[in-house]
Formats: sequence, structure tokens, C-alpha cells
Amino acid sequence: MSAEKIMILGVNHKTAPVEIRERLSFSSDPGTPYRELKVIPGCEEFCFLSTCNRVEVIFVSPTPEETEKKIRDFLFDNSMSYDEAGQYVYLHQGEAAIQHLFRVGASLDSMIVGEPQILGQLKQAYRDASEQNAGGMILNRLMHKAFSVAKRIRTETEIGSSAVSISYAAVELAKKIFGNLKNKIAMLVGAGEMAELAAQHLMNQGIAEVVVANRTFERAVNLARCFNGKPVALEELIPQLEHVDIMISSTGSPDVILHSKDVKPLMRQRRNRPLFLIDIAVPRDLDPKLNDLENVYLYGIDDLNNVVDINKAERDKEAVHAERIVSEETLKFMLWLGSMEVTPTIVAIREKADAIRKAELEKTLPNIGSLSDKEIKAIEKMTSAMMNKILHSPIVYLKKEDSHKDKKVKLASIRKFFNLDNSN
Amino acid sequence: MGYLLFQITLFAYVLATGGYVVYFWSQRNDVRTTARGILIGAGVLHTLYLIVRYFEAGHTPLTNHHEAASFFAWSVTWGYLSFHWRYNVRNFGSFVSPLITGLMLIATFSSREIIPLPPALKSAWLPVHASIAIMANGFLALAFCGGIMYLLQERELKSKRFGLFYTRLPSLESLDQLNSHCLAIGFPLLTLGIITGSVWAKQAWGAYWQWDPKETWSLITWFLYAALLHQRFTVGWRGRRAAIMAIVGFSAALFTLWGVTYLLEGLHSYVG
Repeated sequence: MSAEKIMILGVNHKTAPVEIRERLSFSSDPGTPYRELKVIPGCEEFCFLSTCNRVEVIFVSPTPEETEKKIRDFLFDNSMSYDEAGQYVYLHQGEAAIQHLFRVGASLDSMIVGEPQILGQLKQAYRDASEQNAGGMILNRLMHKAFSVAKRIRTETEIGSSAVSISYAAVELAKKIFGNLKNKIAMLVGAGEMAELAAQHLMNQGIAEVVVANRTFERAVNLARCFNGKPVALEELIPQLEHVDIMISSTGSPDVILHSKDVKPLMRQRRNRPLFLIDIAVPRDLDPKLNDLENVYLYGIDDLNNVVDINKAERDKEAVHAERIVSEETLKFMLWLGSMEVTPTIVAIREKADAIRKAELEKTLPNIGSLSDKEIKAIEKMTSAMMNKILHSPIVYLKKEDSHKDKKVKLASIRKFFNLDNSN
Repeated sequence: MGYLLFQITLFAYVLATGGYVVYFWSQRNDVRTTARGILIGAGVLHTLYLIVRYFEAGHTPLTNHHEAASFFAWSVTWGYLSFHWRYNVRNFGSFVSPLITGLMLIATFSSREIIPLPPALKSAWLPVHASIAIMANGFLALAFCGGIMYLLQERELKSKRFGLFYTRLPSLESLDQLNSHCLAIGFPLLTLGIITGSVWAKQAWGAYWQWDPKETWSLITWFLYAALLHQRFTVGWRGRRAAIMAIVGFSAALFTLWGVTYLLEGLHSYVG
């Protein structure tokens, strides 16, 4: 099957501002994109991925260009013209699309390269697609491959350690500000793997208490349990800051949740004890002006990255290694896709059967004893004829003209019968 | 004899300072251990020199610039070393030792001539008042070094540009603690210095307080530090403000010690 039928249309943190990304994310009703995309003609298989940094539709269509147009119109809700939307989106087709998906899954395209969340989000998107019956044979294999590529990169390279080192950097900075963290209190606002990782690191440093604030109190209670902490409602955020020394914020809120003017009067009540604020959220949770307050230290993701930059060269090397794995796996997937055509499949079946025939002949002929060349030729001819006759019906069945979808299923099952893709 | 001892002491201080500077760049622990050893040696030699000088002069050697600067350096050295035994502040020595060497150089270039003591100064109060006042300055000098380190570290943390100091300097909290510890010792000594001076003044000149420039300036210095401590205990002034105040206060203390003597006329003017 032609790779050109695979397409990815998306926006991410590099191509579109938050306002655009938010509009496409359908976070209020995750079912909508599946209902709407399913009825688009040509959209045979698709998956809808939506995270705080990206929105992507991965789809397989026999008429990719037309389908893409309709998907784009749906995503932007006809609020801007096709070309207008073009400045925010990226569109990958064929090999480029496969490569892109592999890079996304392996967190090479993330804002924080190597952050571990994206793989889970991609898996969830695939689960949703399967539940909505939006998946198909190509997509299934593509997604599973993306997961295994991500896993391979995680085990073979140190790419993931940079995200880990960001939370380490947060701990390092906390130590430079507070010295000893023993009697300090940390507050986790919102949730997210990065923030939880940072909180975990702080716990390991013997921090006295972790306070967990969340929009939904239930989530706060659950998360607090992990850290032996105290759950509070998000409304209590500002009064809590009177006691808290370190705050890690990563809410999905589109607005700033803590302003400079909220904290200024607090500093007097805190008797000017230093306050270390870490903002991992995109968009920002904390007012950048907070850093201007005396004894308040505000660090965003980029700032933490600077701290980690000391081993940047090391990470770049890992990234190169990871990119090589992506290229390699993309190539493998392209080979598999190529084999999904009728002709290569027939050739593969014949080759496989012929190899068996030859192997058996080589095993048997020496045992029979003296045979003339003519007799040997006759046996070879007979086995060939047998093989061709056995294979005749499956090949005819394969060659029969079918609808596009049926053909793919047919190919897949035949390939499975003959165990042509013995890798899986 | 005394002069030779002084020169050896000075040389040891220079060597220790060099060691601390090398340590600051290289962060090699063996360098630090060596530098500290030399500094302790220098402190011991310096103590010996002060004793020798006492016998050479026939009175407490705290009456001219040379002696004041030298005793000042001695106070900073032992103040610093006494802190060392209590807690460890990374690279503090790299900031303190150049100050000690600086004070020693001032002592070197001041006249070492022994002046016969004027009758007014012949009192048991001389060693008490002068040594307490200068030792107070020693601890205030340590607070000053801590203040500079705090400002350097804080600047890197605020601007998020991590250069020379981020990894080398200790945490803000421990620098702030250092500030309060130095002042907790320095301020009572300063107070005591002013009180003993006042009692002595009553004996020597017949009045407790005469508003001569040195008295006035020591009072200004005292108020600066009193304000800092008051604010620290009431509203929790700390960190940057405390560091700046420690620097301002020390400048005032230095002015009281020397600026007044050179720039303003007064009863104290013959004293270092």
C-alpha cells in the first residue's frame, strides 16, 4: 500500500500560540472529534491526539488531500480560511508522517525533549481511537510501532534523563536558596508527571510536608496520598502560601493563577522567608513579575533548562542517537508498507513456498540414491506444479478486485496465514 | 625581632590568601586544607607578634594606625577561624582572606614607630576599650564579606545566569545565617566598646559623652546595626536587605575607625 495515504495534520507549541491550540483541543468533550471525523469521506482510519502542547490528527485516506481539507475545516471550525489556518499547522505525508509520529512518541518533538508524559498521552489517544472504532490495520501497526520505537529509544539512549534532570535542577536550586530542605514545605498545584517527579525528588531530600492543591478536590486527595501530603482546594492557594516554601505549579489553566500583587502582602506575613516558585505549566501559571519581589525566586521551564544546560552536549549526542533510531524504524515501516501491496505479497508467498520446496528436495534427494538427471528434473517439476496448484486459489483470491478496505484486510489475513511478517 | 615576626606573618597571610584564591578557581579540597593550615599558622604567628609588640612598646599595642590595623586583621582571622569550627560556609575564606591581607598591608605601610603614651591614654581602660571596639569591627567585617557573597549569589539566582558563583557559593539561607551570627557577636561587642569608651572618657576627660566626631560616628554605626537587628527580629528583614545593611554598616564602622581620624578633628584624633 502506498505510504502517501498516511497523513498527519497538527499544531504544536512551535507552530501555533496557545490560543489557537486551546481552540482545537476539544478538552471539554473528547468524543466530538471522533463523531465528526468519522463522517468525513475518505477518513478510513484516524487517531486524535490532544495534549497541552499539541493537537494532531493521524489519518489514513485513499484521497489524502481532500480528506485533509475537510479535517482542517473541522478543526478550525471554519473560523478561518484553509490558507489562513495553514500558517499554524504542519502537514506530513507518507514517510515524513511516519517519522514525525515516531519522533512525537519518543518525545523528541516535545517542548522538553525526553519528557515522559507524551507516550502515555499517545497511548490514551490510540485507546480512544480503538474504542471509537476509528482504528484500522495500518493505524494499528503504525501506533504500535510508535510505542515500541519510543520504548527502544528510552532504553537505548539517555534522552529521558534530561526531563528527569529538570526536576533535579529544581531540587538543586531549592538547595541553593534554602540550604537544608528538612523543615521546608512544598506545594504541588495541578498535576502532571514532571511536577510529580519534582515533588518526588523533594520528598527524597527529606522535605517536611507536601501540600497538594487541585481544581478537583478528589484528584488532590488522591495525589496527596502518594506523597503522604495534605490536600487542599485550589481556592486556598494564596492563604496556603503563607506557610509554603516551594511551590510547583503545572495546572492546565489558560490564565495566570498567581499574581505578583497576591504575593506581595504575603511576604510580610511570611516574615520575608524566601519563596521558591516553579512554573512548569504551559501556558504560564505564575506572573513573571513575581521574580521582581524581594526573596521570591520564580523559575520557569526555560530557566530550569538553563541549569541543566551544563550537560547539554551530552544530551545533544543522545538526541542524534535517538534520531538515528527513528530513521531506522521509519525505513522498516516503509518496507512493511510496501509489502502491503498485492504484487509483493504474491512474490513473498511464492518465494516462501519455493524455499520450502527446495529445502525439502535437498533433504530428500540424496536419500533416494542414484537418480538420473532426467528423473531429478521430473521430481522438481512435479513439486513445482504441486506448489503452484496449492497457491493458485489464494493468489486468485488476492488478485480479485475489491473495495479498498476489504483489500487491506484480505492482505493482512493472507500475510498472517503464510506468516510473512515473522517479526510480529 | 618584632619586625621580622610581622613580616613572616604578613607573608603567611599572603600565602594563605593565594591558596584560597586558587581554591576558589579549582575547588580542590587539598588546596583548601593547605590554605586553612597556613591561615591558622599565620594567626598563631600574629598572636606572637602582638605579644612581642606589647613588650617592645611597654603598653597595649593599640595606639597607632599600624597597631590598630594589625589587631583588626588579627580579629578578623580569629573570628573567621572560630566560625570555621562551628559551621562550614563554602568559600568564605576566599572572601575573608583578601580582606585580612588588605588590613595587614595597611599595617605594613603605616608608621610602626612606638610613640610614648600620652597621659590621657594611660589607663586600664585602654586595652579593654580598644580591643573590644576593634574586635567588634572584626565580626562586622565578617558580616560584610557574607553580605557581598549573598548579593553575588542572589544576583545569579534572580537573573538565572549561572556563572562563577552559583556552584561555588553556599546557599542564600546559610549566608543569611552567617550575617545574623556575625552580628549577634559583633553588635554586643560594638555596644560594649561604646560603653567602655564612655566610661573611660568620664575618667580621662571628665564627661561620658562629648559628641566628638569619633563618638558621633560610632553612634551612627551603632544605630545602623541596631536598626538592622531590630528589623530582623520584628518584621523579618533578611536576605538582600540584611546583606546591604551589613555592607553599609561596615562602611560606617570603617569610617568611624579611620575616616574620622583623617578627615575630622577631635579628641580621638591621636588614636588609630
